[in-house]
Amino acid sequence: MTSPDVTPPVARESIEGRGRRGRRAWRRRAPRWLPGLLLLSPSIVAIGLFVYGLIFWNTRVAVSGKHDMVSPYGFDKGKNFVDLWDVPSWPGAVRHALLFTAVFVIGALVLGFFLAFLMEKGIKAEAGFRAIYLFPMAVSFIASGVVWRWLMNPAPPERAVGLNQLFNKLGLGALGNDWWQNPRLGMAAMALPAIWQMSGYVMALYLAGFRGVPEDLREAARVDGASEWKVYRYVVLPQLRPVTLSALIILGHISLKVFDLIMAIAGKQIITYVPAVATYVEVFDRGDPANGATIATYLLVAVGLLVIPYLVWSVRAERER
Amino acid sequence: MHVPQVHIRWKTLAAVAVGGALLISGCGGGDDDDGGKGGGDTSQVEVFSWWTGPGEADGLNAMKADFEKKNPGTKFVNAAIAGGSGTQAQAVLASRLQNRKPPDSFQGHAGAELLDYIKQGQIESLDAFYDENNLRQAYPQQLLEQISYQGKIYSVPVNIHRSNMLWYNPGILKDAGLSGPPKSVAEFITALKAVKDKTGKVPLSLGAQWTANHLLESVLLGDLGTDAYNALWKPGADWGSAAVTKALTDFAEIMKYTTAEAASTDWQGASKAVVDGKAAFNIMGDWAYGYFTGSAPNGLGKKDGTDFKYAASPGTDGTYMWLSDSFTLPKGAPHRGGALAWLKVAGSKEGQDLFNPKKGSIPARKDADKSLYKGYLEYALNEWNKPGIKLAGSFWHGVYSSKRWHADIDTAVGLFLQNKDVAKLQSALVTAAKNNNTQ
Repeated sequence: MTSPDVTPPVARESIEGRGRRGRRAWRRRAPRWLPGLLLLSPSIVAIGLFVYGLIFWNTRVAVSGKHDMVSPYGFDKGKNFVDLWDVPSWPGAVRHALLFTAVFVIGALVLGFFLAFLMEKGIKAEAGFRAIYLFPMAVSFIASGVVWRWLMNPAPPERAVGLNQLFNKLGLGALGNDWWQNPRLGMAAMALPAIWQMSGYVMALYLAGFRGVPEDLREAARVDGASEWKVYRYVVLPQLRPVTLSALIILGHISLKVFDLIMAIAGKQIITYVPAVATYVEVFDRGDPANGATIATYLLVAVGLLVIPYLVWSVRAERER
Repeated sequence: MHVPQVHIRWKTLAAVAVGGALLISGCGGGDDDDGGKGGGDTSQVEVFSWWTGPGEADGLNAMKADFEKKNPGTKFVNAAIAGGSGTQAQAVLASRLQNRKPPDSFQGHAGAELLDYIKQGQIESLDAFYDENNLRQAYPQQLLEQISYQGKIYSVPVNIHRSNMLWYNPGILKDAGLSGPPKSVAEFITALKAVKDKTGKVPLSLGAQWTANHLLESVLLGDLGTDAYNALWKPGADWGSAAVTKALTDFAEIMKYTTAEAASTDWQGASKAVVDGKAAFNIMGDWAYGYFTGSAPNGLGKKDGTDFKYAASPGTDGTYMWLSDSFTLPKGAPHRGGALAWLKVAGSKEGQDLFNPKKGSIPARKDADKSLYKGYLEYALNEWNKPGIKLAGSFWHGVYSSKRWHADIDTAVGLFLQNKDVAKLQSALVTAAKNNNTQ
């Protein structure tokens, strides 16, 4: 572990005092990784306790029969995971989360890619535009949610506010709609604020990706007679695949866990009920820790299904490099 | 690809930061554990409530002043936590009770909402306290019956709000050719139709999902009558009856006349539509009165009688559907003596007369000083003390339903707002009652 000490012991003793020798001896015995470990240990302990410890505890509660605050924990062999599907609000919550995720992830990816593509074509004041598109990410969902709640108000023309009013004023009254209060597709509208907020981030990812494609490659393709479309299709896009994948993972896990945006816009109403809100309702309103923990476990598994294959893939890719 | 790693590192940092914050707050939480357990420690009293809004905070301060005058040796610690109807406060309270660090007394809606605390053995029965202070005679008999659990009383009601109130815009009613507020649910539906056909205004303004629950309790009371409504919350009640089907069908019919943007409006917006001349009717608790008549920024400065009028919700005249804020005695309260002294003030005529005019509610006691209550409050106090008035507990505001029953009904109503299926609503309500009606 330690580097071999090249100075002969006798010579060293003559140079250095006895006290120093003790310290040296300690240093020789102390492995090189120790200071690093000490430096990291607060965060290792904190993560162990507050992330993995709590994940363990959550799973433990999820397989328990603790459906109120007084009964003992016990063990019910995962019955909760089946019974949850009989909770009247749950299937809707899952449906909402899936619809929201689909619209949000695809929307943010497409819009983010498009913005990055425009930037990449070289526009004036690029830094300014980049900042503008990135700004929404600095706002918290809770804050922007309050504004979007007002913007997406479905009131009919005589009382219209927000986007519907804007459409009316522009003579586009036909575009006015129910937004998130549409019983079937409301969650798609709910994805709009999330797209607005995260597409700038996706743009930044893609922009970095575009910049990472060497100009030589494109030149080479052009020399070979490829049209601009073909340069993108066959040279640039394939190099962006890792960016797309990581954007997909990041957006996907944000989307499955969405809570604050929904609470700010709609609160705990059934019309936009999602699993994270259901966890809150089960634990704090219904006083059912086991059901709350079961939902949290489902969420963890769903996010894991998304993240773990990605981690495996990226570790493998790094090793190959 | 650097981004995911940055992401993970940030997560680590966040975890450490949150962990640190928890540790610090954990250490900080220890210093309120100074008094001895139980006994009669009167050195201080920590009173936990969610009275931080305009009016209610003033009322609490008035009671605090009265308390300090009567108990000069006891320090009053106001542990109020902001947040409408106490949702944040209740989450904080739950964790304090779980950690066995209860405040000396905490606010809760009187009635079944306290059931969870009772069943977990977190609050004490106050029967002896009621006897010592002659409180059984001071409160209406029906009220005490409705807040008792297995014959025992667990809290001291301070105020009374009324849930079954109809607020209406007299101008719009006139335009619709209506001579006055509807007297029954059937008349109500006719009136809603008249408003829709003749004025083009919103017949009944409604807010987010919870206000539909609030509407539901008034419709149930109006259609079933007081006794049948009260019976719904007793063991063995029949939620599947034809009478309930009729009431739910009426509820579904009434819902057709409500605002399209209901889900993005809270009760203030819904009630405001009436005084602004945009909607004819609104059914909301009597806290709306303070909102209508109060001065800016907390009120709308509108005039009772011209901008709006009020009546009992259709079919419920002669019944006071009440809800109440009350105070409890937690088991293991660190300053039990102080807590009992506080409950004495909260249950006293002087305490309630100091608090209620400011809060905009009426005292739960029968012997209030009538000269202090003006406008709507005068009407409300007269109704409350009218001989022959029937009392019904508001389920939505915690009198008749435990928190879980409350949440299950909320889900049933929320699903109904999507599918508009009366049969499904009724069967969900039957299931909710079966799972929760176990008092």
